[in-house]
Amino acid sequence: MVQETVPVVVHPFSKYLRAEMMPHIWCQGCGNGVLLNCFVHALDELQTDLDKLVVVSGIGCIGRTAGYMNADSFHTTHGRALAFATGVKLANPELEIVVISGDGDLFAIGGNHFIHAARRNIGIKVLCANNLNYGMTGGQQGPTTPLESVTTTSPYGNIEHPFNLVHLAAASGSTYVARWTSLHVRRLTQSIKKMLQKEGFCFVEMLSPCPEIYGRYNKMRSGLEMMSWFKKASVVENFSDPSKADITPERIVVGEFVDIEKLSYEKMLHEKISKINEKAIEGVS
Amino acid sequence: MSRIKSALTGAHFMNGDVACAEGAIAVGCRFFAGYPITPATEIAEHLSQRMPEFGGIYVQMEDEIASLAAVIGASYSGLKAMTATSGPGFSLMQENIGLAVMTEAPCVIVDVMRGGPSTGQPTMPGQQDVMQAKWGSHGDYGIIALTPSSVQEMFDLTVEAFNLSEAYRVPTLLMGDEIVGHMWEKVVIPSPDKIRIVNRKKPNVSPEKYLPFKPDDDLVPPMACFGEGYHFHSTGLTHDEHGYPRTSSSEVQSKLVRRLCDKIQKNADKIVKVEEVMLEDAEVVVVAYGIVARAALSAIRKAREKGIKAGLLRLITLWPFPEERVAKAAKRARAIVVPEMNCGQMVREVERVAKETPVVFLSKLGEEPHTPLEILEAIRRSK
Repeated sequence: MVQETVPVVVHPFSKYLRAEMMPHIWCQGCGNGVLLNCFVHALDELQTDLDKLVVVSGIGCIGRTAGYMNADSFHTTHGRALAFATGVKLANPELEIVVISGDGDLFAIGGNHFIHAARRNIGIKVLCANNLNYGMTGGQQGPTTPLESVTTTSPYGNIEHPFNLVHLAAASGSTYVARWTSLHVRRLTQSIKKMLQKEGFCFVEMLSPCPEIYGRYNKMRSGLEMMSWFKKASVVENFSDPSKADITPERIVVGEFVDIEKLSYEKMLHEKISKINEKAIEGVS
Repeated sequence: MSRIKSALTGAHFMNGDVACAEGAIAVGCRFFAGYPITPATEIAEHLSQRMPEFGGIYVQMEDEIASLAAVIGASYSGLKAMTATSGPGFSLMQENIGLAVMTEAPCVIVDVMRGGPSTGQPTMPGQQDVMQAKWGSHGDYGIIALTPSSVQEMFDLTVEAFNLSEAYRVPTLLMGDEIVGHMWEKVVIPSPDKIRIVNRKKPNVSPEKYLPFKPDDDLVPPMACFGEGYHFHSTGLTHDEHGYPRTSSSEVQSKLVRRLCDKIQKNADKIVKVEEVMLEDAEVVVVAYGIVARAALSAIRKAREKGIKAGLLRLITLWPFPEERVAKAAKRARAIVVPEMNCGQMVREVERVAKETPVVFLSKLGEEPHTPLEILEAIRRSK
């Protein structure tokens, strides 16, 4: 009898994830897994050194991503991922710092940290899953909820104007700004790759379907229905005016909006420190 | 070997905020993040100039929440890090004090106390944040807080705060006040080889075997830093020894929170520092801290001149509260006098451990701390 051994099949990407943290907490139809998948693809294509990668998240559904990555990772208090990451990056500029968080975390409670991190142009790469509401707490209205959307705290329709995140990121000084939806996996992966290779503060937004919470109140009960909206409404307008990049039921403007070169804060700071430090040191035999 | 030309040693005349900044540099702090606030601004100003000379980082953040968040980040990147603030900023920091406690990030937070509540009296001294130091962030935890009484101690206790913070992986608070912050006095800075420096324990196992929140016998886990290849996770959520979230296990919650309290409480005898002056035969004991202890010292000397057996127990460590030392002094005394620049905070702790010994509280608010004569009068009345 010929005995054959079945080879152990290891997923080529398993080294990027912490198997012991699975299964993940995300709902069926959620886009967070797509974002994680594209991020891992980008890391793999770039052969990123995982020993030098730090993934930082805030609070919310997507905030659990830090814990799923097999790299150094930190899950901060609500909204403070960028402020925490600023300390990490300045203290060790050799590290690649990626902040993965949600629209509520980054732009409501953490909005001030976002504009200042972008203004300083610190080399932190921000990946934002925008699901148009607060998913973790059960679907409340947030800073990106479209006008007239129904949520658990805007039961009569939202009357607050939403932030246009790519406009905000561009105006605050980001060197790279892009928006895609979870439908645009290839272009999203390319944008993540691009931002990982750039100097300075970069921002990539991914519109993420939240059928269980946001969709249920807004006539899109399944992931498929939300993806159909993305498909129907998305228009690629690369390097168009970010101030006009709306997200409405009829029109979702996606694409790359900013791609400029600018010296990063950490580079300027450490060059200055080296010069001052050099002057202050004297040789002692 | 190389050294920094401008490294300070020997005797200098400076204010308390500058002494604190120099203490930080002397103990190896190489990261400061802060936000301007009276009366702590001089610490930031001085470090913005001095840090780069030592290859260190000064960054001004958008608020105090961000300042402490950045400090915790820098600490996880392996640097000794601190921030400095006053009441309103200290309130904003409470959230991330909890994060530093939960993720066991060594760091130092200086609160140069002014008059509160709210914006209060920015240029006036106060001792109104001392209970907030212990109880300010939500949840149960242990913390270390020190109170300097002089400009020299703004230097010495900044060094000590870093050492304790590194040893116990806990945010350590230096609770100064506007007077010790702004007052100019002589400070003697020892040569670098005479300064005791404690560094956090590093893991001595391979990354595969490393459990980032598994404590040693002293209840403190060794700390890996980002970029060292350990691929560890840290979170403000309740977590197990792997650092992984365990949000619905009573066992994990109980084990973690009790350890965070116990690592301070059970090591209290190693942490606590007090100064005892003429306590041996004291019938009236003044328990004081910070700038007020200076007036108290003068008061007990005057009392002795008048034949009253008075002594001083100066609290250098506020938290963990020096229970045993206070209880011991209380046992021998007929009365205890507690002068504070607040409406009665540490006096509650003194009363708690003084048992039957009567405690007299002397409250003061505003510009002037207690005068020696005011404390003397209280000693006289209680003898």
